[in-house]
Amino acid sequence: MKHLQEKAALREFGDNQIIRVSTRIMVPFIQLFGLYVIAHGHVSPGGGFQGGVLLGASYILLALAFDLKTSFKNFSESMNGILGNVGALIYVGTAVLCALVGGLFLDYSALTALLPIDPIQWRYLGVFIVEVGVGLAVMSIMLSLYWDLSSGGDMDEGL
Amino acid sequence: MKAIALLASVITGAVLLYGVQDFAPWADPTSPASTHVASYYIENTVRETYIPNIVTAVLGDYRGYDTMFETVVIFCAGMAVICVLRRSKS
Amino acid sequence: MSGLTAEIVAKYNYWLYVILMMVGLYAMIGKRNLVKKLLGMNIFQTAIILFYVSMGVKRDAGIPIVNKYEVLKNGIDAATVVNPLPHVLMLTAIVVSVSVTGVALAVMLRIYREYGTLEEDEILEKIGK
Repeated sequence: MKHLQEKAALREFGDNQIIRVSTRIMVPFIQLFGLYVIAHGHVSPGGGFQGGVLLGASYILLALAFDLKTSFKNFSESMNGILGNVGALIYVGTAVLCALVGGLFLDYSALTALLPIDPIQWRYLGVFIVEVGVGLAVMSIMLSLYWDLSSGGDMDEGL
Repeated sequence: MKAIALLASVITGAVLLYGVQDFAPWADPTSPASTHVASYYIENTVRETYIPNIVTAVLGDYRGYDTMFETVVIFCAGMAVICVLRRSKS
Repeated sequence: MSGLTAEIVAKYNYWLYVILMMVGLYAMIGKRNLVKKLLGMNIFQTAIILFYVSMGVKRDAGIPIVNKYEVLKNGIDAATVVNPLPHVLMLTAIVVSVSVTGVALAVMLRIYREYGTLEEDEILEKIGK
């Protein structure tokens, strides 16, 4: 245990070419799968929460294999905050928009006033819009939880 | 302390196991949980929303209010972690 | 005795979940380390999630993802699809459990930073001083 801690302090432990290269190959595919899970939440198992966690996990993998600073280069902290807020805002905004155009709160079929298609088709699309918002919010919060917990709030070293 | 904890969990478990005998057997299609309102969702979700995945339809449409505050809950959790842990650089 | 065995065999899933739940409850009450208490709470939540999902199971039924065009044309028999409502409830419960775990770990990190320990009695000793 002591030996492991000393090695980790010298950053030799886990600093491996194989891990770096395989992470670089895997991350785009994990992100693509996350987007697929969000977009196909209607017709296959999945949805906003699951896809958001996958997207967050890809960036967490990046931060684990490299460094916290390297992961900030790929996905900056301010961008993360903006995306998290936008995600929550998409959900609440859609709900308020439904009320503004004359329907009930969160009644997606009222959105036919904006784009005249079948109201039932609007319910299908409304769920999709909402899931995208949930996915963005979950991704941002997962990433922010990992950053804060792994570095103890300093945002410099990481695990 | 550990004896009290063990006693408390054993007694609670015994009470719960006594309550289990009123439950429907496993995988019973006529259990109360599966007969009351669930069949309405299974039969009418596709007709009302065109969504083949019933779980997503209930999550996003019928129980949209619940999911909205779910998002607010995880958002608040992220804010709370930042407030508790983050140290200013200066 | 054979009546008890038949009872257990018919409802073995509930017995397993109650045992799992009690493992979590014992860890929450009996352990002194705060991380172990948190792990006990996670075990407890897992038991509840398993309990809810197993309530929705029906014999010889498929997953709650249906063929849209066929259902629109012919309708569907509710007995051929498992109950989707417990799945929805537990989907939200899992997210709450993740949030609670994150906040609890953050508070623990802060406690460790202040007091240098996560053992409950040592923290109480330091607070009382």
